[in-house]
Amino acid sequence: MVNGVFEWEKPLVELEQRINELQKFTREKGIDLSEDIQTLEKSAERLRKEIYSNLTPWQRVQMARHPKRPTTLDYIADIAEEFLELHGDRTVRDDPAIVGGPAVVDGRLVTIIGPQKGRDTRENIKRNFGLPHPEGYRKALRLMRQAEKFKRPIITLIDVVGAYPGIEAEQRGQGVMIAECIRYMSFLEVPIVCVITGEGGSGGALAIGVGDRILMMENAWYSVISPEMCAQILWKDTGKAAEAAEHLHLTAKDLLELKIIDEIVPEPTGGAHRNKQAAAAMLKAAIIKHLDELADIDPAELVERRIARYRTIGYLGH
Amino acid sequence: MRNIFRGRPKYVTVKAGTAPLKKDVPDGWWVQCQQCKTVLYRKDLERNLGICEKCRYHFPMSARERLRMLLDDPEAFVETDADLVPGNPLQFPEYEAKKERDLKKTGLRDAIITGSGVIEQHPVVLAIMEFGFLGGSMGSVVGEKLARAFDMALDGRLPVVVVSSSGGARMQEGIISLMQMQKTAAAVERHSRAGLLYISVLANPTTAGVWGSFASQGDVVIAEPGATVGFAGRQVIEAAVGKRVPPDLQTAETVFQNGFIDLIVPRDQLKGVIGQLLRLYGCPARKEAAAGAPEPEAKTDKEPEADK
Repeated sequence: MVNGVFEWEKPLVELEQRINELQKFTREKGIDLSEDIQTLEKSAERLRKEIYSNLTPWQRVQMARHPKRPTTLDYIADIAEEFLELHGDRTVRDDPAIVGGPAVVDGRLVTIIGPQKGRDTRENIKRNFGLPHPEGYRKALRLMRQAEKFKRPIITLIDVVGAYPGIEAEQRGQGVMIAECIRYMSFLEVPIVCVITGEGGSGGALAIGVGDRILMMENAWYSVISPEMCAQILWKDTGKAAEAAEHLHLTAKDLLELKIIDEIVPEPTGGAHRNKQAAAAMLKAAIIKHLDELADIDPAELVERRIARYRTIGYLGH
Repeated sequence: MRNIFRGRPKYVTVKAGTAPLKKDVPDGWWVQCQQCKTVLYRKDLERNLGICEKCRYHFPMSARERLRMLLDDPEAFVETDADLVPGNPLQFPEYEAKKERDLKKTGLRDAIITGSGVIEQHPVVLAIMEFGFLGGSMGSVVGEKLARAFDMALDGRLPVVVVSSSGGARMQEGIISLMQMQKTAAAVERHSRAGLLYISVLANPTTAGVWGSFASQGDVVIAEPGATVGFAGRQVIEAAVGKRVPPDLQTAETVFQNGFIDLIVPRDQLKGVIGQLLRLYGCPARKEAAAGAPEPEAKTDKEPEADK
């Protein structure tokens, strides 16, 4: 990737640049080039379709990791009328790799929680590249329980490579906190809508990913293991991640077919980073739709359905 | 070199001629301890529950051997869902061959045995993982059998004992394996909400998605000495932090010190400690349970007759 442009996008980006130049020329010199521009626009449109509707799983993974892809706080800023970030797990410290707090979305009082990647190197260091420690998950669980107390629906926006594989993270019980999140989230008596917005890496994603509706953005991935680690285990070669990505069935389309997710949230052509506002608008519409559908379900019934949903996931042989 | 084998010790067959054996003793009668290198007579080792008589190192143990070790009457064990077999939902490369290989190796169709039996006079639902089957990994069958085991215990108002030995979720079933973490964690919670006891025993190793779901969630968590217990793999941690990690970071003893394990119990005391816990938590003893599932209020106020 050069300047945020993937190799496979190059022909399109060059064409778009050419169109821009012609438009500029038209404006500045007053020469009418609209016919040429129209022709180029048409081929650009064709190219766009061709490129983005045929992305390989590995290309999707790279889209999900695009450095300019909107982060959790970016989305919150666009989908919530109001949001106040709260801090701390009440045990160890505040983990900046997970953010969360009360918010208003389309007039509804909700709680939004999600891992937070940095938008530049400085912020990435502060936020540990969005890789949470156990205390991050403890904070998430605390906010989720608080949401249940105040009968607020929970929205989780998930973009995390995985729980942080660090020494202190192990010492402070990374696995135990993830287990607790999964266990108790399963029984919260409020509607939960989870959206994989970017990366959905294994237990670190599932820890805040148990819900009544699981949505996935078009270019997100969600898997039991990252393609690189899968390739490392299978072939002792992280360079074969592209191949591993195929086998893992980790794209939104794959997971819809496997009935793991309920809906794919479309992204602007070329990915969410190309038009953040449009991406957020589509995300917001999907969230509201599902919150509405869940609003009138009796809380106990909601939990029963949630448990039953996961209880049926499995594939037995003969 | 020794470190390579640390997390996953195996029986080493000592070839005749390399150890102080008589010429006429066939291969495989003797094994060498991974830890102290003592050469042990296999029959003695088996009688000793796979514990080295010199250094107390715990050799790997199969799920079947664990059943025999824990149950009052192994013959009376009623295995459940033995017919569940794994599929290949993602058509994952080499998965079929690996399943076939480990079926031959372990005699099991997947990495867990579930059923009901009696430990120290207390009826329990028991689930034991088999590391020899794809590293004890949890896919659809393991998740489903565990969930059914907890459901069965809920229906019968019985305690659950799970012995884990697993590298985590099974990669070959992809996202479906990940979802088994929810399935099992929710089964634990549902059982727990009925006021029933869950004892989780961690054998070597209990890591990743299994530690991150049901295994860490027992009312009482017991580990075998020296078991590897943790979430992230050692190499993954070293790659992330860019330095060597303390060698004992993920031993049961360290995880115990960090507060995530209640007891470290050697194998030859495990049955007794589980029996003691079943008594201390008021689980019905055999006589009361024999007439069928006891009433929800039923409690063993009096000392069970079978107290040793």
